[in-house]
Amino acid sequence: MSEIAAVAAPELPSSSRLLRRALRKPLGVISAVYLVLLTLACVLAPLIAPYAPLAEDLIHVQQGPTAAHLLGTDELGRDVLSRLLYGGQLTLLGVVECVAVLLIISLPAGLAAGYLGGWVDRAINVVVDLLLSVPGIIVVLAVLAVFGTSMTAAMVTFGVLGSAGVTRVVRSTVLSVREELYVAAARVSGVSEPRIVLRHVLPRIAGPVIVQASLFAAIALAIQTGLAFLSLGVAPPAPSWGGMVGEAANLINQDGWLLVPSGGIIALTILAFGLIGDTVRDATVEGWSATAAPAVRKARRPAAPAAAHPGPALADVPGPAGSWPADPGSDDAVLAVRDLSVAFDGPGGPVTVVDGVSFTLRAGEVLGIVGESGCGKSVTALSLLQLLPPNGQINGGRVLLGDQDLTAMTERQISGLRGKAVAMVFQDPTVSLDPSFLVGAQVAEVVRRHDKVSRAAARRRVLELFEQVRLPDPAAVARRYPHELSGGMAQRVCLALALAGRPSVLIADEPTTALDVTVQSGILELLRQLREETGMSIILVTHDWGVIADVCDRALVMYAGQVVEQAPVGALFREPRHPYTLGLQECNPQRWTADGDLPVIPGTVLPPAQWPVSCRFRDRCRFAASDCALAAIPLEHVPHRHGPGDREVRCIHWQELTPARSA
Amino acid sequence: MRSLIIRRLAVSLPLIVVVTVLTFVLESLVPGNTARAIIGASGSPAAYQRLRVELGLNNPLWYQYWQYLDQVLHGNLGTSVFTGEPVSTLLNQRLGVTLSLVLLATALCGVVGVLLGVVSAVRGGGVGRAVDVLSLVGLALPGFWVAIILAAVFAVTLRIFPATGYVPPSDSVGRWLWALTLPVIALALAGVASVAKQTRDSMKDTLAREYIRTLRASGIGRRSIIWKHALRNGAIPVVTVLGLVFVSALSSTVFVEAVFVLPGLGSMAVTATSQHDIPVIEGIALYFTVLVVIVNVLLDIVYAMLNPKVRRA
Repeated sequence: MSEIAAVAAPELPSSSRLLRRALRKPLGVISAVYLVLLTLACVLAPLIAPYAPLAEDLIHVQQGPTAAHLLGTDELGRDVLSRLLYGGQLTLLGVVECVAVLLIISLPAGLAAGYLGGWVDRAINVVVDLLLSVPGIIVVLAVLAVFGTSMTAAMVTFGVLGSAGVTRVVRSTVLSVREELYVAAARVSGVSEPRIVLRHVLPRIAGPVIVQASLFAAIALAIQTGLAFLSLGVAPPAPSWGGMVGEAANLINQDGWLLVPSGGIIALTILAFGLIGDTVRDATVEGWSATAAPAVRKARRPAAPAAAHPGPALADVPGPAGSWPADPGSDDAVLAVRDLSVAFDGPGGPVTVVDGVSFTLRAGEVLGIVGESGCGKSVTALSLLQLLPPNGQINGGRVLLGDQDLTAMTERQISGLRGKAVAMVFQDPTVSLDPSFLVGAQVAEVVRRHDKVSRAAARRRVLELFEQVRLPDPAAVARRYPHELSGGMAQRVCLALALAGRPSVLIADEPTTALDVTVQSGILELLRQLREETGMSIILVTHDWGVIADVCDRALVMYAGQVVEQAPVGALFREPRHPYTLGLQECNPQRWTADGDLPVIPGTVLPPAQWPVSCRFRDRCRFAASDCALAAIPLEHVPHRHGPGDREVRCIHWQELTPARSA
Repeated sequence: MRSLIIRRLAVSLPLIVVVTVLTFVLESLVPGNTARAIIGASGSPAAYQRLRVELGLNNPLWYQYWQYLDQVLHGNLGTSVFTGEPVSTLLNQRLGVTLSLVLLATALCGVVGVLLGVVSAVRGGGVGRAVDVLSLVGLALPGFWVAIILAAVFAVTLRIFPATGYVPPSDSVGRWLWALTLPVIALALAGVASVAKQTRDSMKDTLAREYIRTLRASGIGRRSIIWKHALRNGAIPVVTVLGLVFVSALSSTVFVEAVFVLPGLGSMAVTATSQHDIPVIEGIALYFTVLVVIVNVLLDIVYAMLNPKVRRA
């Protein structure tokens, strides 16, 4: 029993906590105070009103505010302030009747529908749907046609009609509470149903119900005053706010002042109800989410817009370690990334997620970027074309395409390059295409963006592109919507989209992750073929070492925002030089022999906010030594046994690395 | 698509039935029934009984309702207690006025609201705050009061627009629009804010989707992304809100037509209420309900046109 009791109700926004949160909002408090004071004033009208509501003073007719009449007088010399106070009685009473009926009907109905379910729920839903579709005002008028001057009848009717919407809200809240674990726990431990409802369900629905009731009170007030304005439901000469607006309307040719106090008090009171509703709603929502939504800003341009003059030529740019010998392959470098850093806005300031990444992409090569989730590989890929979300920004480094620095470009400048010089495909192809357009039309739009051709020519080019990505029956595919395509076909369409501008660089961010294994190999084969046919260079971001082995020429291994190793793929697999890479190779289930447990790398990756300046893999590394914690670890060049080349590793002990078992 | 319409109509039929039942039941509650109202207090009991039989009021209630329904299906909505004219004639004369008013107001809400919503979603900041304030203002200011203020300022004081009266489009389209300007603005004010808000939320949500990123990565221009792709996808909830705006505007004609003295269904409803003219109220309830049903069907069609998954299902 105690174990079950230990499944305590979680930190709910209980009524008292909700109240406390609501009280912290000034507008809501002011509105509540205003309403309380107003109600008191109207109830006490006989005591505090300076004049009787029907007392005429034909000498001082239609005066503006004076000392004797604070809000002026109407066309019969009656004091406006007094009439407002007396009139408020009727008006506020109407609102109270309306909201009372609303709650009396909707609370039990919503509870029953949500809690009991079954046919009760279905029956109530049918009634609710019907009531919601009835044109409310006409029914109210029909009631008034029958019951003459009874505002109560009208307000009750409106309350009944409005209860449909609130019933729905109560029902959905009850449904969500019913499924919570602690309710099931309470039930199992024998708490009776009524007690469950009282202790667990009711507090949860308090918030939404108050919101709905306040908003409804605002509407009810508008309706009540509107009906009074039309002289329905009130018997003159009894004062009412709506009636006073009507009287004032008759006098607009002469004097508009009377519209102000009458309309003003209605507007203020409606506003007060509305603000209370908004306040309670905000307070309820805040109770559910622990952290406020992160600040979203427009994507920022890098600080130095140096696009006017070209940057240094690629061959002159020093390597990350400063003493990197110029390697013979750099003459045909297509893209050079130097010291790229990306940060995201966090609750405590910007958090770096990509830290000084550098690499060079040569013509016609496939470069893999591999790492586990959260290492920064996708962010790196997105930042190359300035496609980061609004809360991220590049805060260091350069991305050189030829002699242009992509990080320093304006949105307009880089938009001209996107799709044309550098194209990109993403992870989930089915959501990467606009669901409202035929795929053929989407690709045609991109074609016409890059080549100024006629629609017919664009259509032909679309079919060409679809053939290039080996889609069966290109014409039929072009006439489909994205949701009608399989994952593999959708990814081929995305590739066709990317190829439309004849790019020299293709960035593929986890292009096969969302696809079935059997489809994956088809896409990878396609990438190989495209590289052969077009000579374009490919950056392939993935977490799957099989993909690296299958397609890539070279690969970067990323860990905690940094490049920890870079090598030709063969060397990377045969002789890893970084403990992380080594560990990953050892963990590969395909290398595992059946004696002993499957090796794992102990520990977990640190979140970005906790990355140390020194080695970030230290806590999980079996070669770690005291000097690993002293300072930032630089990338070192590793001599490559099988030829000249660019192997790098970020480890000061790489020479001591020995695999746990021979490969 | 056709099955969609049929399904929607099937669901709506009970609604029309319910509304007619409601109003019919209400009529039977009139203290002193119709016969008494016609005969007056001075009529002899025999004459009263004869009239009752003539009007079929001696039959059980459900039979009376059945007869009423039968009449309605044949286009006979009864006669006005007050003027003696057939209800259908009375209402058909006024239908055009109310429809012009409500359709123009809904269209205005749509155009202005969507513009405001898109701008505030894309640009944020000032426009967004303006939309929030407008929302609050639209909610707080009672519709009839706004109508009066508009009339007071633009009609009475500045004399730009007429304060009252309606000009049919067959007479002059220009003057038709001119006479309807102030009433349309009064009706549209509350709706613009809710359309703008919904558009803004919907656009913000759509602009965060992956396919927008693909379009950006393909080099498609900003204008095309916002107005062609994002708006097309974000329009669906906006269409729903526009439907609600239409229904709300229909209800508000009751007040606005009274202020601007327009000979529409709304002002007729008010007159009929104060005259206890039940057949007319029943007729208007029926007309309003049918209009709401038609709008819902049209909305479903638009929704299907916008959403290929529904269309191709």
